[in-house]
Amino acid sequence: MKKLTMLALTSAMVAGTPAMADLVFPSLSYRTGPYAAGGIPFADGYADYMTLLNQRDGGIGGVETRVVECETAYNTERGVECYESTRGEGALVYQPLSTGITYQLIPRTTADGIPLHTMGYGRTSAANGNVFSHTFNYPANYWDAASVIVNQLLEENDGSLEGQTIALLYHNSAYGREPIRTLQTLAEQEGFTLTEIAVDHPGQEQGNQWLQIRRERPDYVVMWGWGVMNQVAIQEAVNTRYPMENFIGNWWSGADHDVESAGADAAGYRSLNMNRLGDMPVFADIQEHVIDAGLAAGDGSNLGNVLYTRGMYAAFLAAEAAALAQEMSGESEITPAHMRDAMEALVIDAATMEAAGMPGIGPEFAVSCEDHGGTGMAIMQQWDGENWVTLTEFIAPDDSVTQPLVEEDSAQYAEENGIEPQCTTG
Amino acid sequence: MFYREAGDFSTTYSEDNQTFPIKFDRYRYYLVLLVGAVVVPFLINDYWANSLLIPFLIYAIAAIGLNILTGYCGQVSLGTGGFMAVGAYTSYKLMTAFPGLDMISITLLSGVMTAMVGVAFGLPSLRIKGFYLAVATLAAQFFLVWMFNKVPWFFNYSASGQISAPERDFFYFINLPVTGPNAEAWAKYLFCFLFVFVLSWVARNLTRGSVGRQWMAIRDMDIAAEIIGVNPLKAKLTAFAVSSFYVGISGALLFTVYLGAVEVGEVYGITKSFLVLFMIIIGGLGSIFGSFAGAAFMVLLPVALKLLLVDTMGLDTALSTHFQFVIVGALIMFFLIVEPHGLARLWALAKEKLRLWPFPH
Repeated sequence: MKKLTMLALTSAMVAGTPAMADLVFPSLSYRTGPYAAGGIPFADGYADYMTLLNQRDGGIGGVETRVVECETAYNTERGVECYESTRGEGALVYQPLSTGITYQLIPRTTADGIPLHTMGYGRTSAANGNVFSHTFNYPANYWDAASVIVNQLLEENDGSLEGQTIALLYHNSAYGREPIRTLQTLAEQEGFTLTEIAVDHPGQEQGNQWLQIRRERPDYVVMWGWGVMNQVAIQEAVNTRYPMENFIGNWWSGADHDVESAGADAAGYRSLNMNRLGDMPVFADIQEHVIDAGLAAGDGSNLGNVLYTRGMYAAFLAAEAAALAQEMSGESEITPAHMRDAMEALVIDAATMEAAGMPGIGPEFAVSCEDHGGTGMAIMQQWDGENWVTLTEFIAPDDSVTQPLVEEDSAQYAEENGIEPQCTTG
Repeated sequence: MFYREAGDFSTTYSEDNQTFPIKFDRYRYYLVLLVGAVVVPFLINDYWANSLLIPFLIYAIAAIGLNILTGYCGQVSLGTGGFMAVGAYTSYKLMTAFPGLDMISITLLSGVMTAMVGVAFGLPSLRIKGFYLAVATLAAQFFLVWMFNKVPWFFNYSASGQISAPERDFFYFINLPVTGPNAEAWAKYLFCFLFVFVLSWVARNLTRGSVGRQWMAIRDMDIAAEIIGVNPLKAKLTAFAVSSFYVGISGALLFTVYLGAVEVGEVYGITKSFLVLFMIIIGGLGSIFGSFAGAAFMVLLPVALKLLLVDTMGLDTALSTHFQFVIVGALIMFFLIVEPHGLARLWALAKEKLRLWPFPH
């Protein structure tokens, strides 16, 4: 009983947005609440890089970029409000920086034809582009991260983790639970024992969890934490005198503010990172064109720290895709559909990163219709008490472990939602 | 001026006992219904539906539900979030287990399921009262959220423990999706509007009937109520059942129609219980209108402030969020100081004044 008039009216209202003269990149940021410490530098990095493109290059392909910020406070209900309020502005790509919001936006963005880029977070099985047509999680995802950590530990233990115990200290949310399945599979395969220890939102109370760790003394503690949970966990590890070298965070648990409060006591703590740190030419450009010009999104103090760099990297990937979309479509004012096609054809190699002033910031990767996940490589970094020091080169995950899991999970999603594979297998 | 009551007489008892005995009120109510059911669906777009109206309607159901228990029957509950989660997970299990089922049946069944769970957790209310009961329901809140996190059967063994709503239709012969990303804004709105209309109509008539009078007798003084022949077991448990039915429906709609994907600890956590409790305290305990006013205050005001501060005044997003906390907090204090019985009482007083205006004596 479709009321066609209603349909026509509503769609006319939705479609009645003004023609846009700029490239809109919404930033669903969170500068308030218990996760703000991570949200602020990321949002600053994202916005500052876009401002830099406007100031230095006059935008992307001659069209100015515009970042529309909306505060979500890492809350899914406000995330929905933000999505609806920014969508009408001609949003090209969404980066919610929250796994919970990602889960809500996957079906919505797919229905609205807007790409969703969840860099190193969100739904892991979205790497299967065959099912998730509008969701991208290159360059890496959680299951890769779990596999990378285990690979690194294998190397340190001469190839065997037999009889060892690994505790997973995780944020009790979709985000924290994502790696469990991979780690369980790996535990079976490599013969280590996995203990799962959940920390409830927001993560300030971890007394019980660390009591358990103190009692059981696992050989390694792997952390999937975010926001205030990281600082508390690292401080608790210091208090329980857990050997910091055996405490490893994922890439959301290894930012400057996470370890600074514990300072020198936390020396030895390791974490993954999907983007390289260090002095890059692009920082000088941002300092000159953005911060000194008084256009910085924040107070400019975060320049160059871990999450700022990652936000900037996210903006760089979005800008590269937008430039590619302009090239592919031959139009300077691209649509979300152009953007999606370009993201699917995106190739990031050393020369591209070099040209953007950030040599070697991430791994080289190429996206395809089937593979929206990139290589999944990550580096390991260590806190020396004052700075993060890069320990390793990019470590590859074990695709033979993660790939079947991706296939299985995405097949279930496809079945529940009646999705046909989008890629024509040739 | 506003109220012209000359010639507005009641000639029968039923006329005198109707919900809106004043003609002006009655016509205004019909007008609101007409606008809500016929005009709004034509004007609504995704933003208005998803950011304002649908959450308002859904929270209004939860507020009515809690108001039945706390405002009418006097049993304080902090388990609202947990009961909403029961509704949501029942919906999810039904939607995935029976793909052919329509949303009206699913939502009603979720309400029934929650009512049963609510009765089970309401049993302690026969022995404990007041703050002690609040703590007992708090246990329900934490237990239910823990259970939905812990038992993988509830989230169909998905990797992340998230549940997400597939596309389902309005009713079995109305093939109009109301869940999933392809649902039209107006369809979702009408679906919620229908539930709100029927449920608030039922609530209004329950609370002024014999069941409601029993609840209020228990609320006002349970010993006296028992002496005059009110069965406390029946009164308290029916209040828990009806209240949980409403809360469960609201939780189910929040998941299926509004959010689409849910993380139980975040969406149905203790903060949700407090949010709904604040709604009825600000709106007015023991008032159906108060439930709507409270839901509007807590849901619409933050969004309206955001529109004002960020989109109109161009303030920084973080600064405006902090301002929102300050302004909403100050308004809550202001309203509760001006009228401790909530917005409903404030409205009732204003109405008295308006009826007498311009000759107050």
